[in-house]
Amino acid sequence: MPQLLSGNEACAIGALRAGVRFFAGYPITPSTEIAEYFARELPRLGGTYIQMEDEIGSICCMNGATAAGLKAMTATSGPGFSLMQEGIGYSIMAELPCIIVNVMRGGPATGTPTRSSQGDLMQARHGTHGDHPIIALCPWSVRECFDLTVEAVDVSERLRLPVILLMDEVVGHMRETVELPLRVETWKPSNPRRPKEEYFHYGDETNYDSDIASFGEGFRVHLTGLVHRKDGLPTNDPETIRWNMDRLRRKVDDNASWLWDLTYEDLGAETVIVCYGSSARSATEAKNLYQRKTGRSVGIIRLRMVWPFPQQRMVSLLRSARRVIVPEMNMGQMNRSVERAVSPDVPVISVQRYDGEMLTPGEIVDAIGREVPSARPLPEEDLHPGFSIADDEEF
Amino acid sequence: MLHECPPGPVGDFLDRFRLDERFPHILCPGCGIGTAMGTMVRSLAELGIGEDELCVVSGIGCSSRVPGYMDTDTFHTLHGRAIPAATGVKQAKPELTLVVYGGDGDIMAIGGNHFIHAARRNMDITVFVVNNRTYAMTGGQYSPTTPTHEKAATAPFGNCERSFDICFMARASGAMFVARSTTYHVAHLKKMMKLALTKTGFSVVEIVSQCPTLYGRHQRIGDGVKMLQWFRDNSVDVSKVEDPWQEQERFVIGVLHDREEVPPYTALYQRVREAAQQADSA
Repeated sequence: MPQLLSGNEACAIGALRAGVRFFAGYPITPSTEIAEYFARELPRLGGTYIQMEDEIGSICCMNGATAAGLKAMTATSGPGFSLMQEGIGYSIMAELPCIIVNVMRGGPATGTPTRSSQGDLMQARHGTHGDHPIIALCPWSVRECFDLTVEAVDVSERLRLPVILLMDEVVGHMRETVELPLRVETWKPSNPRRPKEEYFHYGDETNYDSDIASFGEGFRVHLTGLVHRKDGLPTNDPETIRWNMDRLRRKVDDNASWLWDLTYEDLGAETVIVCYGSSARSATEAKNLYQRKTGRSVGIIRLRMVWPFPQQRMVSLLRSARRVIVPEMNMGQMNRSVERAVSPDVPVISVQRYDGEMLTPGEIVDAIGREVPSARPLPEEDLHPGFSIADDEEF
Repeated sequence: MLHECPPGPVGDFLDRFRLDERFPHILCPGCGIGTAMGTMVRSLAELGIGEDELCVVSGIGCSSRVPGYMDTDTFHTLHGRAIPAATGVKQAKPELTLVVYGGDGDIMAIGGNHFIHAARRNMDITVFVVNNRTYAMTGGQYSPTTPTHEKAATAPFGNCERSFDICFMARASGAMFVARSTTYHVAHLKKMMKLALTKTGFSVVEIVSQCPTLYGRHQRIGDGVKMLQWFRDNSVDVSKVEDPWQEQERFVIGVLHDREEVPPYTALYQRVREAAQQADSA
């Protein structure tokens, strides 16, 4: 049955159908509709909606529920996302799968609560301290809010990693008529089929689709945020630290090729637009406008999964591009990643908007038609001719 | 050596620890945390709370390393976040006994807000706060329970802040059961712990404990034995004071607050589920 839904509602419905039964959160614009939906629906399904004292408490409470075996989720926006960073690090270190929805608004600080932004792209990648893998998905429509939430639940369970769903105010509040599937498939871990003496919580070296024990099942699980051995107990041994860190890194590195999620069209064209989230809506319209106006086609690549950035894939997809346009509702956060995927003589044009408004198709069309030098200026060889270490007697 | 202990009550007690290369533990000689840990384990054993019905949750700090020595489900979370993590576990698996074990800095400073709200929510968890009046893991900085004027690594000229009364805070926030004991009064401490574990709802035991390495040295009290003697000579039972909340100089030990039980959050939320399901079928 077709329904008129907002992106936030579609996200919550996707989570429920994928088996999420626990939500811990704190009200924040523009993500509140997700919390409200869960508060209404979860008790009907025997699940829990709990409103915590802050976002730090929310993510830690969610980690607790995940450790006890539930599929759990939280939703927030910029300021709350900042508070959640230490808890995201804990989810990664203790390998607790969970979903963190960030319906992006303008920042920094309180910023623009009711306006849209894609300013948390880099925070999603590097927000929590230390080297860590991260997965972030970025929907562009109401239907995709549903689909990518289901994908997020599936991927997080398979890899035992938190997955960040980067929505933005436009996608979260936009309403579209959609027909959502009643049943969805997600992978579900089973209990370890071995006695507790032979069970090691971090013992599965394949690191993928692992059988896993939760609290209260008699396996005496030990979870810690410290670097740990395969039995979960803390250690300071350099060899084990390396093993632990490599194990985390491999979760994304070994699975990147099937994780990467993007769509593309007309890549034979001279100009290619690389985009994600709600800016991709403006970009698609810009592509059509430009083609109608000039008769020349424009390529487009839309990333559904923004982290890990599909580096090798982008290198091959952008091989014949002579110039690349990156429209974003921020000060050019994906731009640098795209520059690394093309040769230095291909200009990468960042189309930015950070006034809370959506990018218009016209702004992107202007960028497509704009004259730019064919090569990016390279840094001069000697940037500080007046200074050299050898000249300075102090050294 | 430990494996050769005779069966019986002692053997049962030792069964609850991870008897591998984890021992000896990281705690300093003379520290009170091990005494409190042993007393907690004895309390659990005597109450017949099995290892598989239990989850011990902690944050960060000396006291918070305790779960790592226990052979049960253990959850060593982030600094100050033991209580929200325990909240999640309890709500997901209400049949488990949830024990939070942590220090004064972990639970009252960085985790203070979570403590207040878990008490208000009446989460059915038992919180053991080991109060050694200092951040010991990081080298003896002043904590929210360091008395005014006392010296600490970050208060070389004396602490100008006022200190918290953990038990008063717990009662004011809505805890069902609040008690205080010390690491000198081990039998008394066990009694308090067992009462707290038996009580349904948010219950708190403050364990006044000695940190001879840092706090004892800063205050020039002396070694662990001297500190225990200080607890012995300066503690008074709650029945012997007029107003336990006004007592400044001595440690008032005993049950300070034991109110009539009200349903814990898990039970209240179950009613929410029933209401939601009834609205559906209506």
